[in-house]
Amino acid sequence: MIPIDRYGNIETAWCPGCGNHAILGAVKKALSRLELAPHQVLLCSGIGQAAKAPHYLRCNCFNGLHGRGLPPAQGAALANPGLAVIAESGDGCSYGEGGNHFLAAMRRNVGMTLLVHDNQIYGLTKGQASPTTAQGQVTKFQPGGAPSLAFPPLAVAVTLDVPFVARGFSGDPEHLAGLIEQAVRHPGFALVDILQPCVSFNKVNTFAWYKSRCYKLGPEHDPTDRRAALDKALEFGERIPLGVVYRGERAPYRPDPRVRRPLATSRPDLVKLAKILEEYA
Amino acid sequence: MSASSVTVLVGGEAGQGLVTVGDFLAKALVRAGYEILVVQDYLSRIRGGHNTYCVRVSPDPVHAPPENVDLLVALDQASLALHGPLLSPGGLALAGEKTDLGGLPGLNVPYSRLCPRPVHENMAALGVLAGLLCLERSWLEGLITERFAAKGGDEAALNLKVFSDALDWTRESGASFACLPPPMRREKRLFLNGNEAIALGAMAAGVNFCSFYPMTPATSVAAALVAPGGRMGVLTEQAEDEIAAVNMALGASAAGARVLVPTSGGGFALMVEGVSLAGMIETPLTVVLAQRPGPATGLPTRTEQGDLNLVVHAGHGDFPRAVYAPGTPEQCFDLTFRAVNQAEKWQSPAFVLTDQYLADSYRAVAPFDLEALPPLDLPGLETPDPHGYERYALTENGVSPRLIPGFGEHLVVLDSDEHTPDGHITEDLGVRVRMVDKRLRKGRGLEADAVAPSLAGDAAPEVLLACWGSSLGACLEAAQTLRERGTSAAVLHFSQVWPLVPESFLPVLEGAGRAVMVEGNPSGQLAKLIRQETGFAFHGLVTRYDGLPFTAGYILARLGSPQGTSTVAGEEVSA
Ligand SMILES: Cc1ncc(C[n+]2csc(CCOP(=O)(O)OP(=O)(O)O)c2C)c(N)n1
Ligand code: SF4
Repeated sequence: MIPIDRYGNIETAWCPGCGNHAILGAVKKALSRLELAPHQVLLCSGIGQAAKAPHYLRCNCFNGLHGRGLPPAQGAALANPGLAVIAESGDGCSYGEGGNHFLAAMRRNVGMTLLVHDNQIYGLTKGQASPTTAQGQVTKFQPGGAPSLAFPPLAVAVTLDVPFVARGFSGDPEHLAGLIEQAVRHPGFALVDILQPCVSFNKVNTFAWYKSRCYKLGPEHDPTDRRAALDKALEFGERIPLGVVYRGERAPYRPDPRVRRPLATSRPDLVKLAKILEEYA
Repeated sequence: MSASSVTVLVGGEAGQGLVTVGDFLAKALVRAGYEILVVQDYLSRIRGGHNTYCVRVSPDPVHAPPENVDLLVALDQASLALHGPLLSPGGLALAGEKTDLGGLPGLNVPYSRLCPRPVHENMAALGVLAGLLCLERSWLEGLITERFAAKGGDEAALNLKVFSDALDWTRESGASFACLPPPMRREKRLFLNGNEAIALGAMAAGVNFCSFYPMTPATSVAAALVAPGGRMGVLTEQAEDEIAAVNMALGASAAGARVLVPTSGGGFALMVEGVSLAGMIETPLTVVLAQRPGPATGLPTRTEQGDLNLVVHAGHGDFPRAVYAPGTPEQCFDLTFRAVNQAEKWQSPAFVLTDQYLADSYRAVAPFDLEALPPLDLPGLETPDPHGYERYALTENGVSPRLIPGFGEHLVVLDSDEHTPDGHITEDLGVRVRMVDKRLRKGRGLEADAVAPSLAGDAAPEVLLACWGSSLGACLEAAQTLRERGTSAAVLHFSQVWPLVPESFLPVLEGAGRAVMVEGNPSGQLAKLIRQETGFAFHGLVTRYDGLPFTAGYILARLGSPQGTSTVAGEEVSA
């Protein structure tokens, strides 16, 4: 195990009581157990409160644009499969602005992990409805209630046969750390949707709200049974399951075997290129 | 017809195999030692419609699209009506046996007799062309065998027979047309178009990652990378959209790949936030923008030089960049190589502006000298002091030491927010100013490295034609004609359009009797940019924005008008 303090001890700009703090702790714990030294990890994020997480962790970081955590993460993972690539962002960033990238990443299945801090609200821009806000939930910006149906990330992921689909809760960081650890170990694309109370803007989905509803999936749930997994993925309301919802066996993305990676060490073979030029003659 | 160059135009519906005829002919001519220039005109549809493939051939260099047609291969009736008026004196139209030539001089080729199936008509047309131009049978036979052998079966034999029968028929028919003067070249040349040259330049520059989203006319850059790219170790990925393509490339670049992103105007518009990100995180990115007429979806398969403003100004905030505008396939290769290296050297985005005309225009190109290429600018992989490493260390020239994550204990922290030298978010406004200044300092280096505009023709001429990108050839030919008419003329070609270094061109502009900008857009985007940067106002502007490339005749016709300007689109039917 790598000592936790190797990942830094950095002051954050998050509100006291925010679920983000516990998620950060769980990520550090998972990395330490995975024996991933800071320089072996690349954390990619978009924009938002959650997206600042990589700044509060000592490791390589690509903090890009709103909604765009996934494309650079996949680009980096493709360029260097030796890096442990983790994308981490909010629900607005990952499922809203970045929705198309989320869909494509699930289909592409590049080996990497996506951690979504799902507080069912926009934090950084102060309280607008996010894609996971319940339909009809009143916010300052949606006084008549959020008009659209809430996006079900886990159900979509199971439907798309994402090989590792899990839900965590910032209120149980030890359990969450275990999920993150398994997600990073799993080949292919892994999703962990993490319920995270936003104490400043979400007055509905509070810590107590989550706490009274969340329960852990036990051995009676077979995560390799896709139909059962879909049922669990759709369960969100009075009861919310935590744990590994689905574990599939879809083969991860394999680029052309002639591409030797890491790309940083590849140099153009001018002899080969000369042959290619000949084909234009 | 002109003695020095012959123009063959093949017209027909998409799907009739006109590109096959044109391709075979053009490639055979290049192998034989001729100079060629191909202009392709096609509609945004896969079958039907009216398309053309036009080959201008000469023993001497040819620079620009032709004005007239000497041999018109009409695979459909529409071709006769559309291009018949362009037939030069002595020219011939070739059509099927039942087709009414409508008074045009020409031949009715008995396709039904020569071809077992209608799909072979294009091979018959090729045979007739070979006969009329007195091409050596072997030039084409070799090529036909090569191409069809891959298809297996008796395809090759069948096509060879049709070709050969058609050639014999032509000779026996006694049809006469001027034979091509013998070729002058002996050394081997390549048959390639602008986009292929870009892909080759990228591979030479070590590009090993290409993320793209298809959009004409940029797609063929990706296509030319995909096919041979695998052998060169290039990872190509079709992204879900342009936003993903550029961001994916930046992630790969940050992880040490050398990246290229091909797109067209509308796709590039979507990439703009990512371009700003490249500027902010100082991560190398090379974008090839193949222009087509806009705005929005515009004319998807036609040409224009309308995206200079977009590229020069793309992004919010200020950051340095380099923008190249090749005028020939050779420059496509050289400038793409240069763009990738400059993006790496200055850790600033670089752009290559091509367009549909250049993208699809095949030429005879001397094989690129791979051994003479300058060394690649490559990032470091490790540092002796991992703990002291700062990705955005403040430096004299603005360039900070770039390292790659995962190759040592150092940490690389990149951030789209304003950041401290170690890469972390800051709202310290003093740091903000120092970081902006640092990034802008790289602009001085980019200026020092900028490619100066090239001057061809008389120094201090009466007429100076300024241009950028693919209009080079038409301007060279127009200037040549002016000189033949007794007017001293020159061409000033900008193959790099940003940054502009006034000392490298202002004296030339000021020394000309009349400086006219020739641009494929309605507003004179480069002329305005030059005026903004230097105060120099061009004496005239020749524009074209009807979707077709410039020809010398088009430019000359408009030089006469008082402002040197005429922008009546569509009034000229061009090949
Ligand atoms: C292109 C773009 N649009 C909008 C924004 C403004 N913006 C910043 S964060 C954010 C929402 C973040 O919400 P979420 O992803 O749920 O993260 P949280 O702050 O709740 O952790 C928005 C809309 C932006 N930075 N960029
Ligand atoms: S606004 Fe909400 S999500 Fe953001 S730090 Fe505060 S509590 Fe956390």
